[in-house]
Amino acid sequence: MAGAEGDDSLYPIAVLIDELRNEDVQLRLNSIKKLSTIALALGVERTRTELLPFLTDTIYDEDEVLLALAEQLGSFTLLVGGPEFVHCLLPPLESLATVEETVVRDKAVESLRKISQEHSPVDLEVHFVPLVKRLASGDWFTSRTSACGLFSVCYPRVSSSIKAEIRQHFRTLCSDDTPMVRRAAASKLGEFAKVLELDYVKSDIIPLFTALASDEQDSVRLLAVEAGVSIATLLPQEDLETLVMPTLRQASEDKSWRVRYMVADKFSELQKAVGPEITKNDLVPAFQNLLKDCEAEVRAASANKVKVFCENLPEDSRETIIMTHILPCVKELVSDTNQHVKSALASVIMGLSTILGKDNTVEHLLPLFLAQLKDECPEVRLNIISNLDCVNEVIGIRQLSQSLLPAIVELAEDAKWRVRLAIIEYMPLLAGQLGVEFFDEKLNSLCMAWLIDHVYAIREAATCNLMKLVEKFGAEWAQNTIVPKVLGMANDPNYLHRMTTLFCINALSEACGQEITTKHMLPVVLKMSNDQVANVRFNVAKCLQKIGPVLESSALQAEVKPVLEKLATDQDMDVKYFALEAISGIMREHLHQYIMPSHYPNPYAEMRPVGSTLSNPYFTQST
Amino acid sequence: VSGDGDGQSRWCLSQVKGAVDDDVAEADIISAVEFNHSGELLATGDRGGRIVIFQQEQESKNIPQCRAEYNVYSTFQSHEPEFDYLKSLEIEEKINKIRWLPQKNAAHFLLSTNDKTIKLWKISERDKRPEGYNLKEEDGRYRHPSSLTTLRVPVFQPMNLMVEASPRRVYANAHTYHINSISVNSDNETYLSADDLRINLWHLDFTDRSFNIVDIKPSNMEELTEVITASEFHPLQCNTFVYGSSKGTVRLCDMRASALCDQHSKLFEEPEDPSTRSFFSEIISSISDVKFSHSGRYMMTRDYLTLKIWDLHMESQPVETYQVHGFLRSKLCSLYENDCIFDKFECCWKGDDSEVMTGSYNNFFRMFNRDAQRDLTLEASWENCSPGYPLKTWRVCAGSRRKRNEIGVDCLDFSRKILYTSWHPQDNVVALATVNNLYIFQEKLNPEF
Repeated sequence: MAGAEGDDSLYPIAVLIDELRNEDVQLRLNSIKKLSTIALALGVERTRTELLPFLTDTIYDEDEVLLALAEQLGSFTLLVGGPEFVHCLLPPLESLATVEETVVRDKAVESLRKISQEHSPVDLEVHFVPLVKRLASGDWFTSRTSACGLFSVCYPRVSSSIKAEIRQHFRTLCSDDTPMVRRAAASKLGEFAKVLELDYVKSDIIPLFTALASDEQDSVRLLAVEAGVSIATLLPQEDLETLVMPTLRQASEDKSWRVRYMVADKFSELQKAVGPEITKNDLVPAFQNLLKDCEAEVRAASANKVKVFCENLPEDSRETIIMTHILPCVKELVSDTNQHVKSALASVIMGLSTILGKDNTVEHLLPLFLAQLKDECPEVRLNIISNLDCVNEVIGIRQLSQSLLPAIVELAEDAKWRVRLAIIEYMPLLAGQLGVEFFDEKLNSLCMAWLIDHVYAIREAATCNLMKLVEKFGAEWAQNTIVPKVLGMANDPNYLHRMTTLFCINALSEACGQEITTKHMLPVVLKMSNDQVANVRFNVAKCLQKIGPVLESSALQAEVKPVLEKLATDQDMDVKYFALEAISGIMREHLHQYIMPSHYPNPYAEMRPVGSTLSNPYFTQST
Repeated sequence: VSGDGDGQSRWCLSQVKGAVDDDVAEADIISAVEFNHSGELLATGDRGGRIVIFQQEQESKNIPQCRAEYNVYSTFQSHEPEFDYLKSLEIEEKINKIRWLPQKNAAHFLLSTNDKTIKLWKISERDKRPEGYNLKEEDGRYRHPSSLTTLRVPVFQPMNLMVEASPRRVYANAHTYHINSISVNSDNETYLSADDLRINLWHLDFTDRSFNIVDIKPSNMEELTEVITASEFHPLQCNTFVYGSSKGTVRLCDMRASALCDQHSKLFEEPEDPSTRSFFSEIISSISDVKFSHSGRYMMTRDYLTLKIWDLHMESQPVETYQVHGFLRSKLCSLYENDCIFDKFECCWKGDDSEVMTGSYNNFFRMFNRDAQRDLTLEASWENCSPGYPLKTWRVCAGSRRKRNEIGVDCLDFSRKILYTSWHPQDNVVALATVNNLYIFQEKLNPEF
């Protein structure tokens, strides 16, 4: 690399290297992100002997720099000379694995896991395993937590004596003094169990699992639940009952709601792991208890799982179990005191109809849906409405429409704008399911009313909603029903409503097509260029630019351009600016489309924003 | 508590920090004192939003008579004065509390809070710096790019030790009222922060969300009769915390039972003695500090006149009650007039839980030995004691005739008070703050010494 006197090609690299220690963190970050460029320029030898030792000491830097460094080092193997030298990357990653910032540590561990695969079996034992042991017996818990994530990647590839040592280290960490380390061990217990021989799973992992699941710290016990699920998938069915189930049963009745919450949260995974028999005998009653838990958070978490749990029940007894055991609990939850619980249930309850079929749905579920549609909490109603498609498939939506309409109207007029926003977003879906007739009759007026809502976000969502409706029902429908109303607002005394007309046209022009846009919308827009409010006028300019591509080109030349030219001489600075923007935008588009072959690079792409009419050669040229 | 009949204690002044000047700037008034978990570091916070960290002298740490030598390790500005434009409210920079995190790597971490915002600080050492540029000299002169013939990778070289304090997290916008307590959970990943009406639970890694675990705000603020004054996590049980109130009660909550802990699981309250009931009863029963013992078996509460120790298994009455300055009961009227009655005294446990300490007026502080049922009144005063010599013990008496170690109630200076105290977690070393001075005292191990 040492070139001749004054090697120009070195300059950019020299800058990069110097910026590794720049005052400005952004520059350091940039340099770190281009570390591979630096390493490439230095060559493998100097990368190993100079760059890596420097990086090993850089642990004082800002988190974002360290995070980027930890990530880079994970794919650095070729830059240090290939798998033969991959162990050179261990020292910097080892020091990164001890910093206090969790994201950096996790990234360092991730990179270590990645490069462990590039170690030969010998290098793994000579270099990688000693690193894991050093971390595992480090003074500070940061290093010990990092070690927990590294056992499973080296275990399968080392000799049996080292395997025994690794198991011993893991055991030690599971009973570490600090809860941080026990948590890290608990969260990696499942993945470590997966690489262990079945005998060791039974002899080593099970006792660790049992101990962690009865740890004094809630935060450790709850992590053991997840490990339990992974372990259950590894064991033969006959061992589950004796080795795992007692602990899991205990977890589902833990004194701490956080642990029970975790059980509820992992219930579907658990169900899959233990199989149909244990599900029938153990999980059904456990699930019932969770649905009736005294803590609302637990009820909400389990309510969320109702559909998946029912879906995965063994087919032969599914309906019976649901009807006799689950449904009674669900019925209670519909009138729960906590709205999060009700809304969690509402987000999944509709899914039960496909499982239970038409008759059961009509008889048992429909009353619940109807009750939830009348719930005092808007989120519950919204969740029901947003999942109507499941019911639609089973019993048809007509059964619900009587109750649906009042619910929708009420949400549409809710005092909280976020609620109104949410229901607007479901409108296209509802319109599709309810059909165009029902929509025109009952919902159209709502959609138009949102256009003059006093909250901008609602008006904006309402315009977007119109566009989606037009996409669904077609241009002809638009012309007959909504376009006249939208255009009528152009004469509204409130300038905000007049602007809404423009925003709607922006959104609708493409969906409505050239004819409607040119014949019906354009005249209105052009007329509004004389509006007395400057905000309206500059939005006319923006609107013209937006609908330009949809318009007939003759109209563009004959009608649009004169209006924009006039706006470009407007008193108001902003109107002027946007008019000029529109002119250059339209002309660029126009020229590009009609004069240039489409593959030709656009010469105007580099053009600066235009300052004044006179300085724009493209405009004067074409007049 | 050691002391002989002759009015001498085994406690000696070790150091006084801060200017010894009558003219004290408001910003220099100390508002928090806290040893870290090893006792190697001692942090103070002041009304100017600064935090000063003192480190135990490494060389003298093992010499028994000098083990209380602390020197400045790092000083930094933790909080700045702010203005809440939405509420038109000035937010003072005063540090209300400092809490150290258990050490996790070579660096040290602490939480500091003012009325509204909690911050996590990292205090770390650096003894190496990179050297060698390609395009400039070490002194900053630029080198011409044409002279570049080979790339140079910087190398770390040793340098003088530098201690840096860097802000790691800012936990803001979660408190409507003034934060009075912060406490780190034994799970090492969460902590609580309490204001007048609410207690929030935070994860140390997340600044954008916290969970409200206690809310005593009545729907109608006119019905407000009680506020939260202090709160702390149990040192060993991650699910247990307590909070004390302005009515003199302490509630213990179990976070296992439910996500919201508005329902307490234990209520510690001593029935009021009707014979001493007065206009001031409620004010003086307000809990100014609550601290669990290191063992986690007991908790100590401080109200205006007393220090009470409660067994967590007995809610009906404290197992021990110590009069801090009972003689003030007759002077409550004037203490109300000069606002002293609202002073919030902190209290602390000795490392082995056998003694407790709290502050009083006239720069007096009190120590109570729990087994011997003996107590000491000592004075933090640089005029009246010299380093290394035993402190004399004081007695406050009502009469006018006084012996050598006695002082009359009327002679007490109520502007000189010791509110903030901290006990070294292992050693017999205590730190306490008078107005702007930090005093460090140590107990001589051997009376002959």
